[in-house]
Amino acid sequence: MSTPTAPPAHRVTVPSALSGSRGTRTVSLARQLSLAGVLAAFVIVFTITGHGFFSQQTWNSTTQYASEFLILGVAETFVIISGGIDLSVGSTIGLSGVCGAWVMAHTQSLGTGMCIVVGVLAALAIGLAVGTLNGFLITVGRITPFIATLGTLGIGAGLANVVSGGSPITNVPSQIGTIANQNFGGWFPMLFVVSLVVFAYGGWLLRSTKFGIHVRAAGSSLRAARESGVGYRSVLMRVYILSSLLASVAGILLLGQFVIGSPLTGANDELNAIAAVVIGGASLAGGRGTLLGTFFGAFIISILVTGLIASHVAAFWQVVAVGVVIVLAVFIDQIKDRAGREI
Amino acid sequence: MTPALADPVLVGTDLGKRYGAIEALAGVDIALRRGEVTSLCGDNGAGKSTLVKILSGASAPTTGTLRINGEAVRLRSPHHGQQVGIQTVFQDLGLAPHLTVTENVFLGREIPRPGVLGKLGMLDRKAMRAATADAVEQVKINLPGLNHLVESMSGGQRQAVAVSRTIAGQGSVVLLDEPTAALGVQETDRVAALITRLRESGVAVLMISHDLPMVMQLSTRVVILRHGRKVGDIDAAGHTVDDVIGYITGHRVDDHPRQISPEETP
Repeated sequence: MSTPTAPPAHRVTVPSALSGSRGTRTVSLARQLSLAGVLAAFVIVFTITGHGFFSQQTWNSTTQYASEFLILGVAETFVIISGGIDLSVGSTIGLSGVCGAWVMAHTQSLGTGMCIVVGVLAALAIGLAVGTLNGFLITVGRITPFIATLGTLGIGAGLANVVSGGSPITNVPSQIGTIANQNFGGWFPMLFVVSLVVFAYGGWLLRSTKFGIHVRAAGSSLRAARESGVGYRSVLMRVYILSSLLASVAGILLLGQFVIGSPLTGANDELNAIAAVVIGGASLAGGRGTLLGTFFGAFIISILVTGLIASHVAAFWQVVAVGVVIVLAVFIDQIKDRAGREI
Repeated sequence: MTPALADPVLVGTDLGKRYGAIEALAGVDIALRRGEVTSLCGDNGAGKSTLVKILSGASAPTTGTLRINGEAVRLRSPHHGQQVGIQTVFQDLGLAPHLTVTENVFLGREIPRPGVLGKLGMLDRKAMRAATADAVEQVKINLPGLNHLVESMSGGQRQAVAVSRTIAGQGSVVLLDEPTAALGVQETDRVAALITRLRESGVAVLMISHDLPMVMQLSTRVVILRHGRKVGDIDAAGHTVDDVIGYITGHRVDDHPRQISPEETP
């Protein structure tokens, strides 16, 4: 045998899939599995209590309902991981939808196709404008994200009413409804397909790009990010622009789904989006969070609502149920945190 | 010793810093050479942190100049300092706890993929991992894995990540602000070995430390500050801990504190 060599003083062990669940994720694998478990439990319960819950129709209504919160959830995941919050996404849905509808209503002489394109571009421009304003207020104006986006929430909701005159804009081309309400193969509504694309894009952005690392660094330690030369102002600016742009994408989809531009569309939906992110295990202190968690969060909220409808529970109780789930999710986290500290 | 090792990399002359009416630092000369460990000692408020902030680029001096390899520079930020080869490990380590080892080591200088994908913001994770593994290898402290988040690591392991960062950044000067302040005995030993390896790799090391036995053991030179002025600049060999304490408390004054002569600043 060869002469014995000294054991290496240093060793980088490649963690196995299981040991990697500790220490390599900001939201533990156990947490994400338990979210999947909660989701499965809801499906089982509602299959028993809800009349015809386990059906293609319920699947379609649930995925369609979840789509908006998936898209807003992706937006809010970036914002919350960066250490901020965006309260204006709901009103940006309303404002961009109303503006898109207004532009479509006033450009019908261009022909249907062109009119839709111009309307969609107008809605996206609104998203860009709101995001830029949010980013400017937060990075240059140094206003805390909560207050800055609370302000733009009010501005957006107000302007949506100003533009629409307080009532829905209905003279939009009906073709947008045909496009938005398309269903691929009977199981994949257009809204869900778009939200899956947004979700995949967000996942790639957060995990595999420089921007994603800088977003997580800014939320984890702004000082470390700054000292490492991360242009954190530009990173935060882009986070808020991304958030509002995604909100305007949701606004366009909802405008298409209902074929009206209503100033009320999206109102208060920021709360469900933030709830989806928090249920998914993200921390409002920043740094921590995953898109997969948000995915489960959005579906837990959606299935709760469609399941309660199928079970003939009065609509007001749905809101209560969502509130209870949020509080429970955070409460269980804290108990586990405390237990972890005492060990 | 080769001339390359003897020439100072970083030279500060007549460095001073005023905060309003308070003079935190005045007339300090300092020269850091490759392959040397210089320790910065002094009581609380003696100006050690102020000096390190100036050398790192975190704070601009009110008076005096900095030269790197003979060229005068005005550092705008610690990031600017890194770009010209000065790597600083501040006491809080400057790590992002929710990022992995690799992501921390390359934070702010990520390697893009070649081609179009890189333009889109995609990163060359393989290259980053390989370079991180190399740097961590040199540090010789066990880490659970390069994919692990820094928040799951001990103080010594975090220190190792911070130092790996300076190695991967290929700095010619490494500034360490109290590298062992928060560590236990065993981890302090490991960090001491780490500093020796940094010195042997030809880096100029400056560390702030209150651990005087460690200072005497690791340092080539010891610079002592008192009330913002340099009161001693001595070879560690031939002096004792008591000598250094004498300088720190003011019982002993260096009659001929080493000046940076014009010949020494190329």
